[in-house]
Amino acid sequence: MHDHDNHDHHHHGNEFSDMQARVKALETLLTAKGLIDPKAIDAIVETYETKIGPRNGARVVAKAWADAEFAQWLKDDATAAIASLGYTGRQGEHMRAVFNTPETHNLVVCTLCSCYPWSVLGLPPVWYKAPAYRSRAVIDPRGVLAEFGLALPEGQAIRVWDSTAELRYLVIPERPEGTEGFSEEQLAELVSRDAMIGTAIALEAA
Amino acid sequence: MSLHDVSKSLRDVPGLPLAQDGGPVFAEPWQAEAFAMTVRLHERGVFSWSEWAEVLSQELYRPGRCADGSDYYECWVAALSRILSELSIVRGDDLERATKAWQRAAEATPHGKPIVLENDPLGKGAA
Repeated sequence: MHDHDNHDHHHHGNEFSDMQARVKALETLLTAKGLIDPKAIDAIVETYETKIGPRNGARVVAKAWADAEFAQWLKDDATAAIASLGYTGRQGEHMRAVFNTPETHNLVVCTLCSCYPWSVLGLPPVWYKAPAYRSRAVIDPRGVLAEFGLALPEGQAIRVWDSTAELRYLVIPERPEGTEGFSEEQLAELVSRDAMIGTAIALEAA
Repeated sequence: MSLHDVSKSLRDVPGLPLAQDGGPVFAEPWQAEAFAMTVRLHERGVFSWSEWAEVLSQELYRPGRCADGSDYYECWVAALSRILSELSIVRGDDLERATKAWQRAAEATPHGKPIVLENDPLGKGAA
C-alpha cells in the first residue's frame, strides 16, 4: 500500500496513503452533511491517543541511558537500534535519535501527522499538528517551551528539528540525577511523550 | 453517550485490538480518526452499535485478510464506507472522488505546510 515510499526519489511535497486519504474524505463528506464535527473527533482521538505510545519510545530512552553500547548504536543508526526492540514503522521511515546535552536541547516539529514517529510515540497530540506550534517553535522556541512550563538554562542552546516523511526524530532527554541503579523499567517511568518531542525534560527521580 | 459507555459497547465489537486498560489500540492516526468518526456517528444515532458490529464483522470475516490481523482498521474503514453507503449518507462514487482529491491535495502541499483540501490542483474538492 505504501509502495510510493520505495522509489528512490525525494518528495518535496507530501503523500497520503489510500487509507489516510479515504478517512479524510469520509471526514470531509460527513462534516459537510453536519453529521460530525472535526473538533469532536479530535477530542475522542485525544482521549485514546496514549494507548499505543509513548511507552515504546520510553523504553528506547531507558535502554539508551542504561546501556552505553545501545546508546552508541542509537546515535549511529537509530532505525536499526529501535527496530531491534521490535518497534518498526509500517512505512519504513528512517529514525534519527537526537541527544540532549547540557549545551543543547532538542525540539522536534512538524505540522503533518504523517511525520511523527508513531511506532515509538503513538499518536501525535493535537497541539503538535497545529500550524501554530510549528511556526512558533521555529521562530521562538524558548517562548514555546516556556508555555509548556519548561525554562531552560540561559546558556543551553535549542536546536529545532523538522520531521519529514522520510526522517523522523526522537529526542533522547538527559538522564536525571539520582537514578544510578535504576532498572530500565524504573527509568522508562521518567520519560514522558513530551520529553521525547522536546517540549519537556525527563521527570526527576522520586 | 459517554466514552465510558462506548468502552462498554466496545466489548461487542468483534476482534478489536485492546490495550491493557480496555481502550482501543491504534497504530496510526487515521485508525483513531476512523474509530472516532464511528463512535460519533453512533452517538448521533446514525446507526446502532449492533448494526455497526454486524457490518464490521462481515468485513472482518471476508477471505483474504492478513493472517496477523494487521489490516483490522482497513476492514473498519471498508465497513464504515459500506454502512454509510447502505444508509444513503455517502455515495461510493462521491467517496472515491473525495479520496482522490485528498491524495492530489497531499501531493501538491509543500512539506511543512498543513495539508488542506483546497490544495487539490483540480480544485473540485469533495463537493
